[in-house]
Amino acid sequence: MTLPATLDEAVAALAAAPAAAPVAPAAVPVAGGTDLMSSVNAGLLRPAALVGLGRINEIRGWQYQDGHGLLGAGLTHARMGRPDFAALIPALAAAARAAGPPQIRNAGTLGGNIASAAPTGDSLPVLAALEAVLIIAGPGGARREIPVSHLLAGMEMLAPGELIGYVRVPLLHAPQVFLKATGRTGPGRATASVALVLDPARRGVRCAVGAIAPMPLRPLEAEQWVAGLIDWDGERGLVPEALTAFGEYVAAACVPDHPPAEDGTAQPLPPAVLHLRRTVAALARRALGRALS
Amino acid sequence: MSNETAAAPAPGAEQLPHGIGSSLPSAEIRAKTEGTFPYAADLWAEGLLWAAVLRSPHAHARIVSIDITHAQDMPGVRTVVTYEDVPGEPQHGRKTADRPLFASEVVRHHGEAIAAVAADHPDTARMAAAAIIVEYELLDPVTDPEQSFEAAPLHPDGNLIRHIPLRHGDPEAAGEVVVEGLYRIGRQDPAPIGAEAGLAVPRPDGGVELYIASTDPHGDRDMAAACYGLAPERVKVVVTGVPGASADREDASFHLPLGLLALKTGCPVKLTATREESFLGHAHRHPTLLRYRHHADADGQLVKVEAQILLDAGAYADTSGDALAAAVSFACGPYVVPHAFIEGWAVRTNNPPSGHVRGEGALQVCAAYEAQMDKLAKKLGVDPAELRLRNAMATGDILPTGQTVTCPAPVAELLAAVRDFPLPELPKDTPQEDWLLPGGPEGAGEPAAVRRGVGYGLGMVQLLGAEGADEVSTATVKVHDGIATVICAAVETGQGFTTLARQIVQETLGIDDVRVAPVDTDQPPAGPSCHGRHTWVSGGAVERAAKMVRTQLLQPLAHKFGMSTELLQIADGKITSYDGVLSTTVEEAMDGKELWATAQCRPHPTEPLDADGQGDAFVGMAFCAVRAVVDVDIEIGSVRVVELAVAQDVGRILNPTQLRVRIEAGVTQGVGAALTENLRTPRGLVRHPDLTGYALPTALDAPDIRIVKLVEERDVVAPFGAKAASAVPVVTSPAAIASAVRAATGRPVNRLPIRPQAAVGSELA
Repeated sequence: MTLPATLDEAVAALAAAPAAAPVAPAAVPVAGGTDLMSSVNAGLLRPAALVGLGRINEIRGWQYQDGHGLLGAGLTHARMGRPDFAALIPALAAAARAAGPPQIRNAGTLGGNIASAAPTGDSLPVLAALEAVLIIAGPGGARREIPVSHLLAGMEMLAPGELIGYVRVPLLHAPQVFLKATGRTGPGRATASVALVLDPARRGVRCAVGAIAPMPLRPLEAEQWVAGLIDWDGERGLVPEALTAFGEYVAAACVPDHPPAEDGTAQPLPPAVLHLRRTVAALARRALGRALS
Repeated sequence: MSNETAAAPAPGAEQLPHGIGSSLPSAEIRAKTEGTFPYAADLWAEGLLWAAVLRSPHAHARIVSIDITHAQDMPGVRTVVTYEDVPGEPQHGRKTADRPLFASEVVRHHGEAIAAVAADHPDTARMAAAAIIVEYELLDPVTDPEQSFEAAPLHPDGNLIRHIPLRHGDPEAAGEVVVEGLYRIGRQDPAPIGAEAGLAVPRPDGGVELYIASTDPHGDRDMAAACYGLAPERVKVVVTGVPGASADREDASFHLPLGLLALKTGCPVKLTATREESFLGHAHRHPTLLRYRHHADADGQLVKVEAQILLDAGAYADTSGDALAAAVSFACGPYVVPHAFIEGWAVRTNNPPSGHVRGEGALQVCAAYEAQMDKLAKKLGVDPAELRLRNAMATGDILPTGQTVTCPAPVAELLAAVRDFPLPELPKDTPQEDWLLPGGPEGAGEPAAVRRGVGYGLGMVQLLGAEGADEVSTATVKVHDGIATVICAAVETGQGFTTLARQIVQETLGIDDVRVAPVDTDQPPAGPSCHGRHTWVSGGAVERAAKMVRTQLLQPLAHKFGMSTELLQIADGKITSYDGVLSTTVEEAMDGKELWATAQCRPHPTEPLDADGQGDAFVGMAFCAVRAVVDVDIEIGSVRVVELAVAQDVGRILNPTQLRVRIEAGVTQGVGAALTENLRTPRGLVRHPDLTGYALPTALDAPDIRIVKLVEERDVVAPFGAKAASAVPVVTSPAAIASAVRAATGRPVNRLPIRPQAAVGSELA
């Protein structure tokens, strides 16, 4: 276990650890440990060394940068849930507050949520809707940028010895909503979640659906359609029928019908999948309604 | 605070609660909150080895070969045991010995034990267990209990564990109104927060001591002794701190191998189960399929109930026969039903084992018959509570088993109490920041989509074991040096027995300092902690023993004063005569002597159900009424239980705080059964055996619990007239919640736990 004080020291510590086995990573970075340590405790993972990221102050806060927020990967969910953060990026704050019981929110970090890339990670649909960009720290002070959706889709990967340093998100100064269905009142994993952000400068609506696929899904056509309906310069509200249509558009895109059988008959979806589609439709409709109200 | 309690304490002395009817706090509270309470997982012995159990990854497979050589050769591994190393009976079981200690030819459920390893480190033991090479030939698992009848026998004993065809009354009877329904109840897990753990220590005489959190120490001892081929007195079960139990606490698939490993290595052996092993090993609530037909006349009086009840017993019999008897006997609920034809089966499948979990059998039928009552009310256009009141059972009515209900059965009074209790405020009448909508504080709840529903449940459970079980308990009370000690093998599982025992002795002997000795099997048996038996029989035995000590204490005084012992009273450590003339202290009367007395309590005998399901099978019964108020988001199908109003038949309140806690705990377990708790086992394989996948109710899920009435009608045959209180709220609350969701959504809700798609409003589904 090493506890570096800067991002570059951490990258160096990752690189310096002797390889225990040809395939297994020598050292594993750990931030909040809420996902990693349960794997270690269950005996699924036996890292040769751990590099603790908790002492790296530069990634535990955020700063402004050209109309963007540069969020440290070590920001905890508890910190992101506070009102000052919520004023900047309301959807990310809402996702952070919904992300589990207080013990988990106090420990779990933004970077860890991205690195674990669990389908139910609550911050992921928000980052996808915000089109966030990850700033990756590599050996020798190198920095490169990856769009968050590329990493989650596996289009670009972290190389060995690289760390997620920062997440750059645009500050849109417009309503944002994150909604999550869990099937219970207490904290639980999402069965479906929807993040929706308005981007008045670009006259866009961006929406991402989480927890129903291995990565957040973006219903791009539905976004474009609904952005065209909104009167961006006047009252932004839409009639209830338009909200409902948007919800169904999103749900149909994210929970598609089965392709018809060879003889052309429609293949019905099982009841549980139909319910998932209904849930996504309700969440998307509510999210848009709240964002425009 | 009343004037009495304000006046009572002596100046300067703080009067602590004591005696029957007071809220004496548990003696363990301090140790538990300070972290010094000795749970089984904390035990240690010099030179101990660590055990690991190899469990089957398949639900049904033939074992072709087991190769332990690699595991045995690993450094640090002391021994590996399989079925070949079992010296005694190869099979064990609580009622029927049908479960092998280690699978030899066939594995019948996911998680069945195949071998066990003792090694010098827990990781070594687990790695060695993983290194045992078992060659399986996969067999088709029978996971649908309906297919078990037709399937090839899964066990030499056959697939039918028990069949009860209850016939009561006239089969030709028919009502003007008939409602039918098919209901499914899921697999609730007792999910003890402290996972199973234990330590086995070999004895110099060739015997072994098992330090486990057993809830039935003598039963577990006898099972272990038979498996080890030892006389029962050479095996000793020492009960260590039980971290809560709402079911049979310890799982034989790990503590029996533990003792075997200790016997074979001659060293102490310890095992602490992981959460996954805990889910795989212990018994669950019986998943049940129920088909009902209720006949009623035009006034809503029940005429006839026909039902078929199918219990999925899992791979082994365990106590499934008892659960079936409860399900069949209480299939009509606390209602007067002149004609009943109930057929019940408990069948073997390759699903995880089912067994004793609080309210087994009774919970499943309660959800079904209450759904039928809702259907009937809807069809007749009668208020659901009113329909229930018209049919409510009372003392003197007859159960479908032919047994007359002789104990107090204030069913109508209970129901009226919850019905008349004011309803909680609607959210729209409260400040918006106080709203807690379905889906939780950060959920997606939308006020416009939320509907409120109110529903009722009436439930009943048996008290004590049924059908001729010998429900005896023995207790000893010792008094010396101003301290009374209770020695009784009744295990404190969190039900509060030790507190109750202290109160009984305080009441009878007037001694405030009462201690309860730790439990082991050197003491006479007190039986398993289930069906409220310790409140009844062990409490009764403690009372009798205390009274015998009282007589021994007072006899010389009475002789000296020339009056009978009945004319002397003991209170607050003083002995006074009825007229207050003579007075002395208990300490003085004791005169340094040591007084002992041992007594037994055995309730009146019961009889097994006969071929028609008839018989006086139960010693006693307890009843409960619950009114549930729920909010349902009818688009997403998320349910929040807002409030549960409970009225319960408790006989007599012995400890008000403890009673309240037991009811609240039971109701909350019922909320889990109603909404989230279901261990999913596709193709017989346990999915998500962890507390993330298996959602227990959290503080946010638990509703406001209002105990609106506790009916104190003493049961004359029970010690103190008290009825055990833990099980019946568990049984009743799921039915009430389902009823409320029905009212909110207009959907039938015929499955527990209630899935979101079943709670979507009828206009949307």
